[in-house]
Amino acid sequence: MLIFVMRRIGAMVLTMVVVSILLFLLLEYSPGNVATKVLGPYSSEEQRQIWLEEKGYNDPLPLRYLRWLGKAVQGDFGDSIKYKVPVSEVLWPRLGNTAILGAATMAVVIPLALVLGVLAGMREGSGTDRSISVLSIITTSVPEFASAPMLQAFFVFYLALLPGTSSMIGGFNPVELILPVMVLVLYDFGYVTRMTRASMAEVMTTHYIRTAVLKGLPYKMVIMKHALRNALIAPFTVVMLQINWLLSGVIVVEFFFAYKGFGFLILDASLNKDIFLIEACAMVAVFVAVATQALADIGYTYLNPRIRFS
Amino acid sequence: MADQTIDALRGEPILLRILKGIALLRESGVGMIGAALVLFWVVVALFAPLLAPFDPLATLQLLAFPGDPYVLDPGKTFDGQAVEEVCALIETGEKQGKYDCGTFWLGTDRVGRDVLSRLIYGTQRVLLYAPLATFCAYAVGIPMGLAAGYLRGWADEVLSFVSNVILSFPVLVLYVIIIATIGASGTNIVIAVTFASAPGIMRIVRGLVLDLRNREYVFAAQTRGESAWRIMFVEILPNARGPLIVDSCLRLGYVIITIGVLGFLGLGLPPPDPDWGGMINENRLMALVAPHMTVFPCIAISSLVLGFNLLADGLREISLRD
Repeated sequence: MLIFVMRRIGAMVLTMVVVSILLFLLLEYSPGNVATKVLGPYSSEEQRQIWLEEKGYNDPLPLRYLRWLGKAVQGDFGDSIKYKVPVSEVLWPRLGNTAILGAATMAVVIPLALVLGVLAGMREGSGTDRSISVLSIITTSVPEFASAPMLQAFFVFYLALLPGTSSMIGGFNPVELILPVMVLVLYDFGYVTRMTRASMAEVMTTHYIRTAVLKGLPYKMVIMKHALRNALIAPFTVVMLQINWLLSGVIVVEFFFAYKGFGFLILDASLNKDIFLIEACAMVAVFVAVATQALADIGYTYLNPRIRFS
Repeated sequence: MADQTIDALRGEPILLRILKGIALLRESGVGMIGAALVLFWVVVALFAPLLAPFDPLATLQLLAFPGDPYVLDPGKTFDGQAVEEVCALIETGEKQGKYDCGTFWLGTDRVGRDVLSRLIYGTQRVLLYAPLATFCAYAVGIPMGLAAGYLRGWADEVLSFVSNVILSFPVLVLYVIIIATIGASGTNIVIAVTFASAPGIMRIVRGLVLDLRNREYVFAAQTRGESAWRIMFVEILPNARGPLIVDSCLRLGYVIITIGVLGFLGLGLPPPDPDWGGMINENRLMALVAPHMTVFPCIAISSLVLGFNLLADGLREISLRD
C-alpha cells in the first residue's frame, strides 16, 4: 500500500514538473515578450533591456526555468501585471472564494446524485431507472453558460426572487450563492448519478445479493447493508474526478455571475496576458486536478479490499 | 446479433449499409428523438438563407437600446423615463412603417439585430466547426491510440505520458490558456480542440486495441506478413468502430459546448458573424431587463447538444442490446 501511495505521488510530481516546463516554455520562452508584457507596449527598448538584465532574463533558458521553479515551490510567482501586487496576494483569497462555491456545490451534488443513482440502479430498467437516466442526460446536455442565463431569466427576471449577480459587494451573502450553485449542480450531478447507477446495477447482479434476497432478508436490509457498501466505492472515485470538471465549470459560472473567485481570475489573467498570474493559476489548477486524481486512486485502493489485499 | 447484422450487411453498397445502420436506430425511442433534434438543426443550417427572415448582420437603429448598455447601469436603463424613451422610439418606428410588432419573432438583440436570423445563421457555424474540430481530433487521436495499443513498448509509454499530462489540466483552463495565447479564430479553435481532445480519444482507442490485438484475425494477418500499419488500420480499426461511433456522438456534443463556452467567454469566433456562444455573451448584461436576447441561443445550443447525447445513448443501447 505504502509503495503504491509513493508511486502515485511520484507520478503526480512528475506530471506537475512536465506541466510547469510546458507552461514556462509557452509563456516565457522569449524574454523580449515578457518585458513588453510587464513594462507595457510603450516602454522603450532600453527600459526593457535594463529590466531583463535586472531580473536575470539574459541567462540561459534552463537556468531561468530552475530559478522560476525554485521560487514557485516557495509560493513566490512574481508580481501580477494587472494588479501590481504579488500574485499570492490575489490568488489565495480568490481560491478561498472558489472553495466555498465548490464545497457548496459538492454538498448538494453528492447526496443528490448518490440517492438518485442508487434508486435508479436498484431496479435496472424500471420506470424510475429510465426517468432518472433521461433526466440526467437532459441536465448534462445543458452547458453552464446556457443554464445560467436561463435560470437567471427565470428566477431574477420573472420571479424576482434571487439576486442576479454574485459579486458579494456588500460582504459575503449566502443568497447570492444560490444561483451559481444551482447552475453547477445541474450540470454536474447527472454524470455522478449515471456512474452511481452503473455501479449499483452491477452490484445488484452479483451472487451475494441474490443469496441475501433468497435467504429472506428484508429488501431494505439487502440494499442498505449489503449492496451499498460495494456500490459506493466507484462513485467515490467519480466524485473526486468531478472536482476537475468543477474547476472548468467554475470559470463560466464565476464569469457570468461576477463572483470574485479563482475561475474568474484565471480568465481575467489569460485575457490580460498577465503572465505570472496565468502561470500561478494554471499550476494551482493542475495541482488540484492531479492531487484529486491521486487521491481518487489511493482512496479507491484503500476502500476496495479486493485490491488492497492482493 | 449486432455482429451478425453487420455481417449480413457486408457486401452491399456502402450507402445502403449506412442507411440500414441508421434504420437500426428505430429500436431506440431515445435515439430517434436525438436523431430528430440533430436532423432539425442540420436542415436549419443547410437552408439558413431561405429560412432566415433578415440579414443576420443588419441592425435596426430604432430598436437598439439608447447608449451602450455596457456603460449604462442596466438596472437604470428601464427606470421611469428610460422606459418611455424606448417605447417612444418603438412607436416612431412603427409610424414610419419600418416594421410591425410581429416582424421579429424572437425579438432583437442589444444593437437591434434580429435574434431569429442570427440564431439560424449561427447554426451554420456551429455545425461547420464542431464536426471539423472533432474530425481533426480523431485524425490525430486514432493513430496515436493504435500505435500505443498495438506497438506497445516505448511508443505506448511516451504517448500515454503525454496524454496524461494534457488530461491533467482542467479542460477549460487548457482551452482558455491556448486560445488566449494563440488568438481567437476558427482555425485556432480547431487546433485547440484537437490538442485537448486527442489524448482522450487516444486512451479509448488504446483500450480497444489492447483487447483486439489478441484476436485470431490479427495473428493471421501477422502470419501473412502484413505490415504493422496495415494491421492497425485495416484489421483492427474497423473492428473498433462501434464504441468509437458512440464516443464520437458524445464528443461532438461536447465540442459544441466547448465552442459555445469559448464564444461565451469572448474567446470564440470573432464578431460580428452570428455565433451562439457569442450571442449569449454580447447580450449577457441585458439579460436582467431583456432575457429573450440570451434565452433563445441557450435553448438552441442545449437542444443540439441534447440531440447528440440522446443519439449516443440510443446507439449504445442498441449495441448493448444485441
